[in-house]
Amino acid sequence: MSSSFAVATSAISTGDRLVEVNDLTVRFVSKDTTIHAVNGVSFTLAAGEVLGILGESGSGKTVTLRALMRLLPEGRTQIGGTVRVAGHDVLGLSPGALSRVRGSTIAMIFQEPMTALDPVYTVGYQIAETVVRHENVSWAEARRRTLDLFEKVQIPSAQRRLDAYPHELSGGLRQRAMIALALSCRPSVLLADEPTTALDATVQIQILLLLRSLQKELGMGVVFVTHDVGVAGEIADKLAIMYAGRFIETGPVTPIMRAPRHPYTEGLLASTVHGAMRGQRLKAIQGSPPNLEILPAACSFAPRCPRVADICLAGVPPEVPTGPDRMARCVRITQN
Amino acid sequence: MNPAGRPLSDAAATRVLSGAEVPVGRRDGRGYWTTVAVRLSRDPLTLFFGIVLLLIVASAVFAPGLAPTEPDATNVLKRLAPIGTPGYLLGADELGRDMLSRLLYGGRLSLLMGILPVIGALIIGGGLGITAGFIGGRLNMLVMRTMDVFYAFPSVLLAIGLVGAFGSGIVNLLISITVILSPPIARVAESVTTQVRTYDFVEAARASGAPTFAIIRVHVLANVLGPILTFATSLVSVSIIISAGLSFLGFGVQPPIPEWGLMLSTLRKSIWINPYVCALPGLMIFVTSICFNLLSDGLRNAMDVRLG
Repeated sequence: MSSSFAVATSAISTGDRLVEVNDLTVRFVSKDTTIHAVNGVSFTLAAGEVLGILGESGSGKTVTLRALMRLLPEGRTQIGGTVRVAGHDVLGLSPGALSRVRGSTIAMIFQEPMTALDPVYTVGYQIAETVVRHENVSWAEARRRTLDLFEKVQIPSAQRRLDAYPHELSGGLRQRAMIALALSCRPSVLLADEPTTALDATVQIQILLLLRSLQKELGMGVVFVTHDVGVAGEIADKLAIMYAGRFIETGPVTPIMRAPRHPYTEGLLASTVHGAMRGQRLKAIQGSPPNLEILPAACSFAPRCPRVADICLAGVPPEVPTGPDRMARCVRITQN
Repeated sequence: MNPAGRPLSDAAATRVLSGAEVPVGRRDGRGYWTTVAVRLSRDPLTLFFGIVLLLIVASAVFAPGLAPTEPDATNVLKRLAPIGTPGYLLGADELGRDMLSRLLYGGRLSLLMGILPVIGALIIGGGLGITAGFIGGRLNMLVMRTMDVFYAFPSVLLAIGLVGAFGSGIVNLLISITVILSPPIARVAESVTTQVRTYDFVEAARASGAPTFAIIRVHVLANVLGPILTFATSLVSVSIIISAGLSFLGFGVQPPIPEWGLMLSTLRKSIWINPYVCALPGLMIFVTSICFNLLSDGLRNAMDVRLG
């Protein structure tokens, strides 16, 4: 399915760069310590393309996503590098301009649909509110648009559900409402922060399929963050594996899933049930993710790597091309 | 996956999964306040105390029409007449004034002194608390530590000090009670706001392009108003009691103006002669306070949309 999809989107994406991130760094600074959450991330995303960022908790994937919208606590965060979304220099925008871009050009779906919707307003009201704010239409028009959106995200008995409070909806419906909210002002870039993690498995696949078809229909660029290898494989065109604030392997989804080159990606794929033998214990990666307070000038995966050598500690590994549109940050690849 | 690219079983599956969670009795388009009203109507205890309170308020408002005599009319012969004396339904006080008339008139001031300082404190304390809670950081520190200074004094003592500094009188009494009620409201407002601020929907509102002021006005206020209002309602009784206490001590309302606290104060010397009559103002304070307290409990339950 992903190969036929790539053909379909290449027509839309004619090389224009919807999202362009260059050497993004994010540090959380407090009195006692500095957390190096993101350390030099660069990528581009074309319209109609889905980038999956895959990584463990604390690898910096959510922080990367929020930096795309500058949705990080202002005072305590230092953001470096450049982020361009649909021609806007996100890191340089004034607060007013930023508010206009958020929601209309670039929108976000959150992990917990229960807490991401305001409990004291009906879901219909919350969506209409955003439409009214951004598009200057009447409330009646906004409500009609909301109804269309509900039908688009396949909420059954949409008319009735407009007046439902979030707690009256199931997890899956809430996430659909959240998607409707994100799509309300026809964004060209959609950011999804583990939107299926809080849902159970059957609902999870429904939401993924819905996102996929909406993305195709609207030609949006999507950045999808997840820690679930299966989910990433289902939704993404391109994958970026993130570790300790860096992309350590990137490339089209199928080649990476078939033949990972970075030892961390190998470990990650080996630690899931996909293709594993029944009755066998899953292989876990030894050790735990590094402390982000200290940033070593070496491969950050070295302490856990089964193939570690002296050269790994000499410096941060450069990007090594491993195939068409592929790269991995591992010095051992060239030697193998 | 089916060739249409659209999951066919999807909508059906969702319907099955979510069907049980939609409340059956729910009517379409019912607004928030309608829901609150419907819920209140199903709570007999709250309803009962609400009606009692309404009667007390109405009796105070319409005191001139209801009172059988002037509240200041004395009759030396009827001094401390017992309850049920002809013409003196609830007896008479130590100067022979009709207790019923004085209680009706007294309610006007007492209720006013219960409600006005709370409204004032709601605006001052609530505003400070919500701002401090939402902005956080140093401003929060500054506001909340300043509020803590007020906590260092026992509230009644602080009120006495303030009235002493401003001079006694009804307006100064109102001001000083407003001052001592603001810190607790600010504290409650700050703690709920700090909590609400961390919820994803505030972040989601920001992500959908809402400016800070709109987020406070729409999302924060709606979520914190319930708890703050409930707490404020419970403070009405505190305010009545404090103002009664200050009047009792001679700081607030001056004789011969009828006010429950002051009446209690002047009648206390006669408690051994006619205890029932002397206890009446206290009873009114007690009943009014308990009404406000139970009403605030009921309101809290009714206003919580999450209870479904």
